[in-house]
Amino acid sequence: METNTLYKKLSSVFLNWLFLFIVWNAFTSSFQAQEVITGLILSFFLALFTSRFFDCCSLRVLHPVSLFYSIVYVFVFLIALIRSNFDMAKRVLSPSLPINPGIVKFKTRLQSDFAKMMLANSITLTPGTLSVDLIEDTLYVHWIDVKTDDPEKVHTEIAQQFENILLKIFAE
Amino acid sequence: MKEILEIIGALFVLLGGIFLFLGGLGIVRMPDAYNRLQAGTKATTLGGMSLILGVGLMETSWLIKAMVIIIFIAFSNPLSSHALARANYKRKNFPYLKNTKGVDAYKDAYLNENKEEQS
Repeated sequence: METNTLYKKLSSVFLNWLFLFIVWNAFTSSFQAQEVITGLILSFFLALFTSRFFDCCSLRVLHPVSLFYSIVYVFVFLIALIRSNFDMAKRVLSPSLPINPGIVKFKTRLQSDFAKMMLANSITLTPGTLSVDLIEDTLYVHWIDVKTDDPEKVHTEIAQQFENILLKIFAE
Repeated sequence: MKEILEIIGALFVLLGGIFLFLGGLGIVRMPDAYNRLQAGTKATTLGGMSLILGVGLMETSWLIKAMVIIIFIAFSNPLSSHALARANYKRKNFPYLKNTKGVDAYKDAYLNENKEEQS
């Protein structure tokens, strides 16, 4: 038990360190030796202090399979975002305003908080949906054009594609 | 090369402007807060992303910083809209439903939560 918590803590510090270091390099974007070394030291101390607030995921996210599906996720997400914008433009520009709004619910299969947050975020940016609340593992989604209120069908219609990829990224 | 990138960047800025305008139009036309949030969030996310990407392409030394801002927008925009929608429900502004058959599955959970708080 002791070693397990220590391992969790260390992996969280390491992931935070990596993330902060990447952000540092992106913002300075000079890649000179002194800048990089300063970033390495600074981000290590920041990661030590902030890792208990951001324990997003285990080291599993650095596995090649996870990284591959992260890239797939970005593309699926971008396509959904563009589609949702055209969908919204179509609704806004048509004179009759074709909406049939309502709030539906479904249960998600994801376990960790971070994965659930990613799912809720992606649902907000997919065509015609906006996540309102998350209680335990039930997501409440405002849908601008309600086709069904059966939780199973709602799940396949709205969440399936993102959830499958997220399950592979976080390996739950 | 520089001129071509500048033209592409300008096109991206124009596209972002169009999406932001459509989002504003949606906010005017939609009947209640949830639908307005739907229009607003999607338009500001893609509009803002494409606008900043356009600026990054026009001035290539800013491109990496622009990417960081784009990732930040993609994370923070849906979070804020979720917080607004939830707070709006807690203020008892229930969603607009087109007819009596409209579904509002959140109402039960909301009423349950309130009962627990009162007792």
